[in-house]
Amino acid sequence: MLSISDFAVSFRTRRGEVQAVRGISFDVAQGETLGIVGESGSGKSVTSYALMRILDAGGTIKAGSAVFDGRDLAQAAERDMQAIRGREISMIFQNPRAALNPICKVGHQLEDVLKRHGRATRADARAKAIAALEAVRIRDAAARYDAYPFELSGGMCQRVVFAIALACGPRLLIADEPTTGLDITTQKAVMDLVRDLTRERGMSSILITHDLGLAAEYCDRLAVMKDGRIVETGPAAALFADPQDPYTRKLVDATPRPGASLRDLLPIEARTPLADHAPGDRALVQVRDLVKTYPGKSGPVHAVKGISFTIREGQSVGLVGESGCGKSTTSSMLVRLLDRTSGDILFDGFDIADIPADRFVRDKRRSQIQMVFQDATDSLNPRHSARQTIADPILRMSALRGAALQTRIEELATLCGLPLPLLDRFPHQLSGGQKARVGIARAIALDPKFLILDEPTAALDVSIQAVVLNLLADLRARLGMTYLFVSHDLNVVRLLCDHVIVMQGGEIVEQGPTAQVMDTPSHPYTRTLLAAAPKPPTTKTNETDTAAKSAAE
Amino acid sequence: MTDATGIPTRKPDGAGAHLIHVLRENPVTLLSFGMFAFFLLQAFFGAYLVPHDPLATNAANALQPPNWTHWFGTDNLGRDVFSRVVVATRLDLTISVLAVAISFVIGSVLGAVAGYWGGWIDAVLNRVLDTIMAFPLFVLAMGIVAALGNTVENIIYATALINIPFYARLVRAEVNIRREAGFALAARLSGNSHFRTLAFHIFPNALPPMMVQVSLNMGWAILNAAGLSFIGLGVRPPTPEWGIMVAEGANFIISGHWWVALFPGLWLMLAVFTFNLMGDGLRDIVDPRRRT
Repeated sequence: MLSISDFAVSFRTRRGEVQAVRGISFDVAQGETLGIVGESGSGKSVTSYALMRILDAGGTIKAGSAVFDGRDLAQAAERDMQAIRGREISMIFQNPRAALNPICKVGHQLEDVLKRHGRATRADARAKAIAALEAVRIRDAAARYDAYPFELSGGMCQRVVFAIALACGPRLLIADEPTTGLDITTQKAVMDLVRDLTRERGMSSILITHDLGLAAEYCDRLAVMKDGRIVETGPAAALFADPQDPYTRKLVDATPRPGASLRDLLPIEARTPLADHAPGDRALVQVRDLVKTYPGKSGPVHAVKGISFTIREGQSVGLVGESGCGKSTTSSMLVRLLDRTSGDILFDGFDIADIPADRFVRDKRRSQIQMVFQDATDSLNPRHSARQTIADPILRMSALRGAALQTRIEELATLCGLPLPLLDRFPHQLSGGQKARVGIARAIALDPKFLILDEPTAALDVSIQAVVLNLLADLRARLGMTYLFVSHDLNVVRLLCDHVIVMQGGEIVEQGPTAQVMDTPSHPYTRTLLAAAPKPPTTKTNETDTAAKSAAE
Repeated sequence: MTDATGIPTRKPDGAGAHLIHVLRENPVTLLSFGMFAFFLLQAFFGAYLVPHDPLATNAANALQPPNWTHWFGTDNLGRDVFSRVVVATRLDLTISVLAVAISFVIGSVLGAVAGYWGGWIDAVLNRVLDTIMAFPLFVLAMGIVAALGNTVENIIYATALINIPFYARLVRAEVNIRREAGFALAARLSGNSHFRTLAFHIFPNALPPMMVQVSLNMGWAILNAAGLSFIGLGVRPPTPEWGIMVAEGANFIISGHWWVALFPGLWLMLAVFTFNLMGDGLRDIVDPRRRT
């Protein structure tokens, strides 16, 4: 139905022309779901924007054709494209909240699309809009019609976007990272819905994602993109089981999956043995009946409802839960950026919860409790070079100056795998992985005892995530740090943590050794979370590993 | 351009290269910077370069139209309009630069404090700013100068005061959205006090939009100073100043002596125009993200 050949897109920039897509070819058959997988900068989103002819200024289709239903989208006039967008081909974007007009009721936004393409009249628009909301299984659709986007959850917003995309009965759906930023259970619900509805209507779809596991679960065929080229195409299971291209191999390896160890995520040549780390017996952090209540407009909001847990010295504890479960509030209180309502936080036997967050800056324990933030871009000052960023904690909390300071910065950069020439760059001149390294180097600059990792890899590509996770494991072994790893990704937690705490609605529903919680979960919520995680097909390496293991036994 | 661990293939721009890029990218910026240089030249060296003494009167030579000796003609006292227009640049620029500098500093401090701590400080400051802005600003400036006496310093203070709210509001908003940003929290964890976090981490990030405000304000400040002089509350004659010159010249337009008011007015207009055009360029220069 869609046939793309030798498609090339380039952008005019300050440094000359940048080729984002360098001659790709693929077909999408009627009723087929094609997954385009690749890491950031691979040109996968640009491909979809070019197909819809909504490229940013400066971007042009340089060559090739994209024949949809006998028409070449690369050559079609803007007037024809307006008729095709929404009616023939529609698109779901990454951030559903940004894709909806914030000051317009969702029902009106749906009506607008219906009327624009002549699918509804003033008289029946409302009924058709409600029917469209019902089609994406929004409960109580008539009431939701009057809702504004800010009143709906992220998953609900994505359903509305999906309803708008489906409203005019398009034959091809392009979903660009539709579930990035959504909770894992919401992701599953949305993706199941997309799969069911596209199948029901015999639609073709293109799923663009960085998550190989997700793509493998929901797509018939995968195309792996790298640097504007498709390196490999094939059925999902086959691609996973026996990747032909070295890059596909690297991606498959880097995808966290049950049964793989941290080092398995790296390319084979980088799999040095992982240093042992044995948690000590002494309790480093003890949390007792920790409560955080925010005053809200409609009564107090109980973000954390009296949780207790212990982290032993050298232990890595995973704190797992979905957005709103209180895990971020808990980590903010532990790192002393937020005051608790009641309860104790014993650090090395001393109750640090008694020191107000505002005054903790001057406490001698400040340097011992540090944090790596979720969004590496947001957590680096845009006006500071990497060197200044890493130097900041050292300047503030130690006496190191001059040449000794520079030596220490370079030592930290080397420890974190940041090439020294990059130290004088600003954050926007660094890649995501490099920014993550700068953030980690800053956090460990003063040899903290306790490091809180707030989803440090959530914004990273899988191959970079694999490297960063391994870096964290190496640092733990070398510096003897204790980790609290906050994450929503159970597969990642399984790799790095000895102990897991599962939170829901401000309470701890389950905690225990990682293997026990992951393999024999006792709480239904834990089971839901585990079931929602995308399950990549088993790979060849896994099978051989398991075979080797069983043979050894 | 690099992979996860690779060494960069090119070096980032330095400040000089960045300036050249910004100027080349946008011809309007180049034009405005060129005109700014032209005005600066007049301000610094105008007094030594002009062909006539701007204060020398010559009744026999009064109200001459523009000619080869007097390029912009002469006024009712026979003074050379060209020399007066050029010499006035220094005074007008001094007033506007100082006024903008004062309102920039005071507005930034107030706005940053209100935006960072919020609460009652924020509420009080906002009401005070509302009060200032509720006055017609020019009338407020008139009142201040009338009450304190019309000296150059008082014109500067009055112009600064009426511009404070614009800076305070802008900084407050810019600081407020960055108060909970990751890098601000990270700065706290690195051992920065609230003051250091605000002054050295958050505030510098508010500079790019501030630069646009500064350049617009320079234009307003010049107009404001000229306006005060125009109505007789500013610089006193016979000091050359664009506002007074326009005021004095206005009396002679009816009798056909247009050049006495037109040329100082033209210079005033060009100066305001220059500052207004400079905003975007200034912002691009101070924004590190524009350097790629």
